This record gives sequence, structure tokens and C-alpha cells, in this order.
Amino acid sequence: MSRRADPRILSRRSFVWAGIAALGTWGSLRWLFTRRLDGGAQWPVRRALEVNEGFWGDLFSRKHKVPEYTADKLTPERENGDEGLGDDFDPTTWKLKVDGLSNQDGPIELTLAELQAMPHTEMITELFCIEGWSIVQKWKGVRFVDFARKYPPMTLSGDPPDLDGDLEDVVRYVSLKTPDEGYYVGLDMPSALHEQTLLCWEMNDKPLAMEHGAPLRLVVPTKYGIKNIKRIGSLTYTDQRPRDFWAEQGYDWFAGL
Amino acid sequence: MTSTETIESNSPEVVEQSTAAPVRVPTYKHPLAIRWFHWINFPVLFLMVWSGLMIYWANRVFTIHLFGLSIGPLFPDSWYSPHAPSWWPAFLTATGQDDSGNSYRAMWSLDQRLAEGMGWHFLFAWVFAINGFLYVLYLALSGAWRKLLPKPAALQESIQVVLHDLKLRKQPLPVRKYNAAQQIAYTAVIFMGLLMLLTGVAIYKPSEQSWLTQLLGGYTVARFIHFWTTMALLAFFGVHILQVAKTGWNNFRAMVSGWEWVTPAEKDELEAQS
Repeated sequence: MSRRADPRILSRRSFVWAGIAALGTWGSLRWLFTRRLDGGAQWPVRRALEVNEGFWGDLFSRKHKVPEYTADKLTPERENGDEGLGDDFDPTTWKLKVDGLSNQDGPIELTLAELQAMPHTEMITELFCIEGWSIVQKWKGVRFVDFARKYPPMTLSGDPPDLDGDLEDVVRYVSLKTPDEGYYVGLDMPSALHEQTLLCWEMNDKPLAMEHGAPLRLVVPTKYGIKNIKRIGSLTYTDQRPRDFWAEQGYDWFAGL
Repeated sequence: MTSTETIESNSPEVVEQSTAAPVRVPTYKHPLAIRWFHWINFPVLFLMVWSGLMIYWANRVFTIHLFGLSIGPLFPDSWYSPHAPSWWPAFLTATGQDDSGNSYRAMWSLDQRLAEGMGWHFLFAWVFAINGFLYVLYLALSGAWRKLLPKPAALQESIQVVLHDLKLRKQPLPVRKYNAAQQIAYTAVIFMGLLMLLTGVAIYKPSEQSWLTQLLGGYTVARFIHFWTTMALLAFFGVHILQVAKTGWNNFRAMVSGWEWVTPAEKDELEAQS
């Protein structure tokens, strides 16, 4: 627009544009707020969460370790979340169902003793609740990546997976569910295979208490607490994006930290 | 600018009038890009604070302390879902619940909306970041930063500005696009915006971007800075609104249309500076 034109006319005209812009903003927001819900969130919000997942997922590295702490940084234990932890459960007869293996045709069942026969890892890491608080706890278990070397996920080609490579041939997800399927979590494969993701049976040098997910829980410090599922009943490698309890309530499916 | 207004101002009738009201001539103050950056920020900052409060609600960690005593939460519970007047737009309303469990029409509800708050926050954060980045890029490339960045003497001059604004000092301020107090405030706001973005990423990705979280003093400290920088931005916003109201329509219009009407002497002064 030429500055030689009469500024009084230009000035008036720009107020017309300002009005159009204000109405446009109002209309856009109104449109956004009233969209169909997809997993509890307006679908444009859900798409935005997926864009964020792609953006931060690209920056994610399985080798980049989250900070580990010394014992003097430990904070008091905190009990939070009991979905899927019903009373009718007998830990003595518990077995972990594993499906989607590349070296087995059907599902297998593993006892706690079989899991504990694998190499142990201990770490003191911070667990971030999505509500905004965090605690520092000591965990012991088998690294998910060590578990996956012994019980490897399916591949698209049918060949044995290369877990140190780019994972392009490996199925993309892990689905974890409590025995009663009252709580369920979906994990992307890179996060599952992160060096500090543990299948955990000991917390603060004691066997897991029932309220903390005995006999086996997930500890994934690269995700919010909601992904750290307690009392795992089944573990399935899959190429279908698994259902996720909190992602169905409007939360981000990825929930990466 | 050889507009008819200036020609008319040489005629005797107009000069006579001008003793009552001095002649004003238009000068181009704010480029189009700056006006867009400015006004995009307005709804985006509102939406960021609103969705941020939904997130804050889920774990209200900050309480007011006075002389070492805790005197309650920073925001009373009643602020989280206040009653709506009848003219309040329907699509903004939410269902509030009073202590006895009765539902009412609320202006907004920040209760139990963590998931929604996070969704909006991480959507509009992109608009905030991109708009801020383009604004700084524009300042750098256009040379507009020269009028915005405070000079070494700005601190002293800004005291004079504050005294002037509080009517404690009579001398008029020098004619400039931005006075020293404005330069300091507007430059500080850019750095506050950057701090919001950095502390935001630090508490959004404390594992993946742990270097940033550690650099900013850890999760709790970064969250604290993020929250209180918001409060500082809102304080800036409050003073900004008061100043705009005080300065009047001519100044406000310039942020919409770009044009401000000034005396010919002021115009010469401003053009000599650009």
C-alpha cells in the first residue's frame, strides 16, 4: 500500500481490516472449541499433539540418558493411581503373557523367576507426574532392551530384528495391559528400547508393594508417570498403535518427557 | 508530505484556528509487520495464560508466604470457575459445581481440565514461538531495533519518564518514537518471552532436553521461573493498558493503522531521527 495515499483513508481502511481480523480470530477459536472430540480432545488439538509427537520424537535418542541421582536425592514414596489394580489378583500364580515375538508363533508365558534370571539394572531416576509433581526413586529390574534381545519383537520382513539399528523393520509399538485390562498403555518402540526403560520388580531396595505394581511394573523415565504401568499382565509387540488409558481421556498419546 | 492539510495550514484562517488546536500532520509510526506481530500476540498470550492455569490447577504448588507463614493458595478456588453473567458467550461457558454439588453456568472452568489445558498450551505455544521469532527477525533485519534497544543513558532517562508520567516532573519528554522507559520495557518483554519459551521447553521435556532443564536450575526452579515470568508479563500488560488508555486514541490508532497525527515540528524531529 502506497504511503502517498491519504493517511486518513488508509487509517480508516485499516480499522475495517482490524475488525475483519478480530471477527476471524473469534470465529476460528469458536470453530476450534466446538470440533468433534477425538480421544477426549478436539480433533485439531489431537492432530497438534501428533505433530508435537513427530517433532520431539525426531529429537529423541535411545542413547541419551536422563539424569541419574545419588541416594541422598531420594524423596518419600508416593502412591498414585490404582486403575487396573483390583483385589481379585493372586501374585503367586502370576505370569507375564508375551505376544508378537519374532522367534515364536504364538504367545508365551514367563514367570518372575525367568525375568529375574536376566541381567539386573539399578537406577535412581526422577518420575514426573503429568499433574506437575515429581519424585526421585530407586528402581531395579531388567532393561527393556535386554528383555527384547532375548524375546525379540516381530519384524515386517520376518527376519530377526536389529535392535541397534534404525528400527524401520521392527513393529512400531508395545502394548502393555494389567491382568484385568483395567489399565493399558501404548509405547512407541524407540521409547521402549531406551537404555533406561526397565521392567521393574524392586523399588527402593524392597520388592514392589502391591500398590506400586507388584509383581512387575514398567519404569520409563522418558515418559510421564501415566505410562509407567503397574502390575503388567501382558506385553504385546504390535504394528497397530495400541490403546492407551489416558490418551482416551484427552491426554497426549506420546506423553514423552 | 505535501498534503492539502499542510497547504491549508499556511492560510490565515487555519493559522487562527491553530492557536486553539495546533495543526496535526500524519506520520507513519508502526510498520504493518510490527502491527501484526503485536496483535497476534494479544489472543495468543491470553490463550497461553488460560491453558497454563488449567495445567497449574492440577498441582497448585505455589502458595503465598508472608513473614514465613503460608497464607493460602495463590489463586482462591473460586477463581477456577466463577459464575457467568447472562451476556457471557455460550461457547465459552463451562459447568461449575458448588460445594453442595449443584451445577451452575460458569464463565470458565479450570477445574479438572489438565488434559485440555496441555493440548491447547502445546498447540498455541507454536504460534507464540513462531510469532516471537519472526518479530525478532524483523527487528534485526529492518533496523527497527535501533529505536527499541535502550541506550546507555536509558536508565537515568527512564526515571525522568516515570516522574513525568506520575506528574512529578513538568518538563516535556524528548520527542522520540519510544522513550527510555518504553525502550527498557519493550526490550525486557522480548527477553521475558524468550525466558518463557526456554523454561517452557525445560519443564515440557525435562528428560529429552535435560541439558536445558539442568541449565535453568532443574525442574522445580524452571517451573517457578516459568510461572513468575507469566506474572511479570501480566504486570507489564496491566501497565501497558493503563499507559495506552492515558496516551489516548491517537497513539492506539497508530498500532492499528500505522499512522499517528503529530505537530509539524514533532514530525520533523521524528523524521530527522529515522
